[in-house]
Amino acid sequence: MNNFVTIRNLTFKRRNRIIFDDVNFDIPKGKITAIMGPSGSGKTTLLKLIGGQLYPQIGTVEVDHQNVHKLSRNKLYQLRRKMGLLFQRGALFTNISVFDNVAFPIREHTNLNEAMIRDLVLMKLEFVGLRNAHQLMPSQLSGGMERRVALARAIALDPQMIMYDEPFTGQDPISMGVLVKLIKELNDSLETTSIIVSHDVAEASSIADYIYLIANGKVIGQGTPEELNKTKSPHVMQFLKGLPDGPVPFHYPGKTLEDDLQLL
Amino acid sequence: MIEKIRQLGEKGLDFCESFGYSGMILIRSIIRKPDLKHGFRGLVEQLYNEGILSLIIIMVSALFIGMVLGLQGYNILEKFGTTQALGQLIALSIARELGPVVTALLFAGRAGSALTAEIGLMKATEQLSCMEMMAVDPLHRVIAPRFWAGFISMPVLATIFSAIAIYGGYLVGVKWLGVDSGAFWSNMQATVDFRIDVVNGIIKSFVFGFVATWIAVFQGYNCVPTSEGISRATTRSVVYSSLSVLGLDFILTALMVGGW
Ligand SMILES: Nc1ncnc2c1ncn2[C@@H]1O[C@H](COP(=O)(O)OP(=O)(O)OP(=O)(O)O)[C@@H](O)[C@H]1O
Ligand SMILES: [Mg+2]
Repeated sequence: MNNFVTIRNLTFKRRNRIIFDDVNFDIPKGKITAIMGPSGSGKTTLLKLIGGQLYPQIGTVEVDHQNVHKLSRNKLYQLRRKMGLLFQRGALFTNISVFDNVAFPIREHTNLNEAMIRDLVLMKLEFVGLRNAHQLMPSQLSGGMERRVALARAIALDPQMIMYDEPFTGQDPISMGVLVKLIKELNDSLETTSIIVSHDVAEASSIADYIYLIANGKVIGQGTPEELNKTKSPHVMQFLKGLPDGPVPFHYPGKTLEDDLQLL
Repeated sequence: MIEKIRQLGEKGLDFCESFGYSGMILIRSIIRKPDLKHGFRGLVEQLYNEGILSLIIIMVSALFIGMVLGLQGYNILEKFGTTQALGQLIALSIARELGPVVTALLFAGRAGSALTAEIGLMKATEQLSCMEMMAVDPLHRVIAPRFWAGFISMPVLATIFSAIAIYGGYLVGVKWLGVDSGAFWSNMQATVDFRIDVVNGIIKSFVFGFVATWIAVFQGYNCVPTSEGISRATTRSVVYSSLSVLGLDFILTALMVGGW
């Protein structure tokens, strides 16, 4: 298969906690892949590993046929131009306006003149419904607006791959619908490879071509949305249906509540 | 006892490590092809933030220090009947010591702490990490212009400080206490040597600017990305740069003293 990202035998630890334990991922080119899993299961960590910001203890991460963690600084920065990452917390530059935030990557990596940059930026902001907010400062935005500006910035240069870290959180149903459509359109028109990290089972499965479910450092389920819906695996069922009890724990691993409250 | 020695060794190793690391950060951020298109705007912006915005505090402090020096100097010199030497006393102590040192201390408190806090907050809100993912090296875009701006503005600020402090001394000595104006200036001109006193003072201010800004940007870049981490880094930035400035001042003075 034609993969944009190939991850093999990945093991990643934070101090002594194992976040990933020998996992494999294939992210096909031009498709939308959703990564789902409980909070704290390492979805953000996975995106940072793909972006080359974190280093795995074992295993390889290949993006566009290059091993991300073996590249020189310059090569890594060149590779990153092909990726866009929407950060979970937005991460807008707080000292410049919304317009300048979206214009930042364009100004850095192209030689377009200001008039063209202006058109481009306003177009991207139009996609996310914030064209008229372009002169505001990030501190004047709501959380959901901030994330939409960050999205406009992440897609500013039409990268070959876009990683969305929870694009739907904090969005009202209307903008959520618009975002889902936007991601789908970007994917269809520009053949962008998309990775969506999301908790919204319904939204994610409505646009994803392939879904990975991760928990406890392992891939606990994978397949097309239809396949996943049909599986009998209790892990997958629990997550997709949102049941509190089941094999996937809701609690951060450690002592039991009884131990902690010294009830015994 | 053994434990104490072990801890001391550990501290020493930590120090060496962060010294080496901060040096590496500095080298990686400033050694590269100059990027005129983006670099220049960033530099001007930072020159404003670090230089222009520090002007007021530097100028006001300079005026008062000069005036105090005039008052103190006059009272001491009066006992020996040599109040004509007031100009020389003020000019020498300011050009050689007070100008560079006090400016550097004020600079570390005003601009250095702001630098550390700003960079630390950018790190805590993932702005630096986001910049990396946009294939823009934060060392080039964030650290380098801030470092150069500090390095350039410190000597200018120190020079302004010296000029105003001497004027403050003149105000008190000549205008208020009645030292002869001609004697004040001509004594000053006769004894202050341009190369030995003025240039050495400027060299000092370059060194202090380098060290204070380096410490400030490194503390910000390397801070623990939490609000507590930022506040600690800011404190450390001011404490370390003040101590380094005073320590280096002694070393530099010892090296320069041969010429006097
Ligand atoms: N800087 C860090 N230092 C130590 N541990 C960390 C750090 N960042 C994350 N972790 C740990 O790594 C694990 C995975 O974190 P990650 O942010 O990838 O989760 P996530 O799947 O994105 O969760 P969420 O859905 O809540 O965003 C968590 O258990 C967290 O405790
Ligand atoms: Mg996350």
